[in-house]
Amino acid sequence: MAYEGMIAEMITIRGDDDDAVSAYTARPMGPGPFPGVVLIHHLPGWGEFYREMTRKFAHHGYAAISHNLYERIGQGDPDDVAAKARAEGGVADSQVVADTEAAVQWLKAQPYSNGRIGVIGSCSGGRQAFMYACNTQSIDAVVELWGGRVVQAEDDRPEKQPVQPLDMTKDLSCPILGLFGNDDRAPSPEQVDLHEAELKRHGKRYEFHRYDGAGHGFFYYHRPMYRVEQALDGWQKIFGFFGKHLST
Amino acid sequence: MCTSIVEIARAEGSGRSMDGWFSLTRSVVAYDHPQHALLEEAVTIDFVNHAEGAGARAAVELTLDSAKALHAALAKVIEAAEAEEAMRVQYAGPAHPHSRILAVAAG
Repeated sequence: MAYEGMIAEMITIRGDDDDAVSAYTARPMGPGPFPGVVLIHHLPGWGEFYREMTRKFAHHGYAAISHNLYERIGQGDPDDVAAKARAEGGVADSQVVADTEAAVQWLKAQPYSNGRIGVIGSCSGGRQAFMYACNTQSIDAVVELWGGRVVQAEDDRPEKQPVQPLDMTKDLSCPILGLFGNDDRAPSPEQVDLHEAELKRHGKRYEFHRYDGAGHGFFYYHRPMYRVEQALDGWQKIFGFFGKHLST
Repeated sequence: MCTSIVEIARAEGSGRSMDGWFSLTRSVVAYDHPQHALLEEAVTIDFVNHAEGAGARAAVELTLDSAKALHAALAKVIEAAEAEEAMRVQYAGPAHPHSRILAVAAG
């Protein structure tokens, strides 16, 4: 059997306002070149699930990085930090975009990078992945996993999220893969319909898969929402999509 | 956030975290993804003092039915406590400058 190895470590990047932002990275051992994936963590925080997901991409031959969107919220147990983030109304969209751009540029600058980058996020991170892809020209593909609040009601425009991502669709700069559960309520199937219609209206390259028998967060194997069949198919779709758009 | 259902109330009192007791400043009540309870959404209550860091937090995650039961229990206790306090004020009376302190000590 061929030798297999991986390097996974914590680093610091310079994010929005030149702030120091922690990031977890993983990549296969060897010189590369490897395609890159930036992971945007979900509302429950920058915890174990996203560490594991980062290493999963490395296992599949990608250089991956997951940056801590809650860096300025505080340090400590990820559950406590996520609770504090919730009390503060989350993080500002503009800061998420700048921090994610920093993670993308860090990855591109590594000697083992093939120069092609994809971004993926789930839940609030799915929304942020889509939003980021509409505010940059730096990436080659984006995966949105059940992005909540891509569609925001007229009276739901908090200071930190002043523009609903749906209204940014015309500026989407790369192909998008979206995975959704038909039993989800955030986003609801009706909201996914609006999301898809807007992509179609602007002639964007998109691929949406909507699973019956699945709700929100159906990849989360540590939660009751896990749906093994839909999750396995979803992962196949992700690796197929990134394989197509990030290889050189 | 996926639901954005969050209410925050001022809090005075104490909470206990992994590091021991701490003074409270806020109660944060939300309906969103729980960290531990095996539910898609839960009523989460965090009693916190964020000036002392993210770890100054006593947390619970409840089913909606449990939250309703807690709400009813709180209402009953608050009603009884207010009746108790009204009696205390009545016994203490306004006349004697030490009467309130004496009444509290006797109670």
